[in-house]
Amino acid sequence: MKFGVIVFPGSNCDHDAYHVISKHVGQPVDFIWHRETDLSAYDAVIIPGGFSYGDYLRAGALARFSPVMNSVKEFAAQGNLVLGICNGFQILCEAGLLPGALIRNRDLHFICDYVNVRVENTDTPFTHELKLGSVLRMPIAHAEGNYVCDDTTLAELRREGRIIFRYCEPNGEITEAANPNGARDNIAGICNRERNVMGLMPHPERACEDLLGSSDGRDVFRSLAGTLAAAA
Amino acid sequence: MPACPTRSGNDGVKAQRRLSTEWVTSDPETAMKAKVYVTLKPSVLDPQGKAIKHSVQLLGFESVSDIRQGKYFEVAMNNGVTKEKARDAATQLAREVLSNPIIEDFRVEIEE
Repeated sequence: MKFGVIVFPGSNCDHDAYHVISKHVGQPVDFIWHRETDLSAYDAVIIPGGFSYGDYLRAGALARFSPVMNSVKEFAAQGNLVLGICNGFQILCEAGLLPGALIRNRDLHFICDYVNVRVENTDTPFTHELKLGSVLRMPIAHAEGNYVCDDTTLAELRREGRIIFRYCEPNGEITEAANPNGARDNIAGICNRERNVMGLMPHPERACEDLLGSSDGRDVFRSLAGTLAAAA
Repeated sequence: MPACPTRSGNDGVKAQRRLSTEWVTSDPETAMKAKVYVTLKPSVLDPQGKAIKHSVQLLGFESVSDIRQGKYFEVAMNNGVTKEKARDAATQLAREVLSNPIIEDFRVEIEE
């Protein structure tokens, strides 16, 4: 089982993701520079948070044209697991691997804070170790996390159980007040139709150690590793 | 600043680049320009425009009812590019790179 963490110019959560895979999941992991095109050595790829290309043009817009992204598309089309965190989520949307887009936060602020998200679907390779309806406390750090999509897409996401995390109160209640950025339907994370590509704005990789304030993110990586172990 | 990304996965853009080698580099004084305007779709909330509108209204511009913020690009063409070719290239560029069709509309104007 081998993980790859893609590094764009401007990625800054690549080391966090690497650390979690090597220390907590206990599996081999490589950094993959964005000009690489061969992903054949990997079983799962993480697109980490940060500010790829300085967020120029739109968050994630220029990273989409990096050579590695064509390989990521093929990698995903073959059914391999791709996890996009924060800027990674934005890149996956820009690349068309996930529907919708992430625009400027409702209140314009860059938000660096802890949020609560409710687990909406545990029948995915990324969440099967989690409890349905449980609340995870994870940090967010973004200025463009306001998820938007049209009505048809939202209906499809709901119908197909592809909304994975929603911003909520500590008790799990979904309220407008618990929505930090104005995201449609309080959406914090979604997956593709085949459920092998997931993107989320909160940072599970920064919530894997109690010392850092929360270890709720660990089960996301535990799920991922469990899926790969079962497939091996 | 990072280097310009390679658009290797995009046949359309690649084709444009191949064509461009046949053209002579343009003189910026006389170059034909494409002006690309990218705006958020009316259905998409524009928090920046809203904040600007708020300030503008505080300043007393009573005649202003709304402000939407967009982006403007000037794309210089190489010499010898016809108006039609310039429009096609700029439209493709706007659709595939400069705008995100999920949230944005664009408009292209050619200036000779």
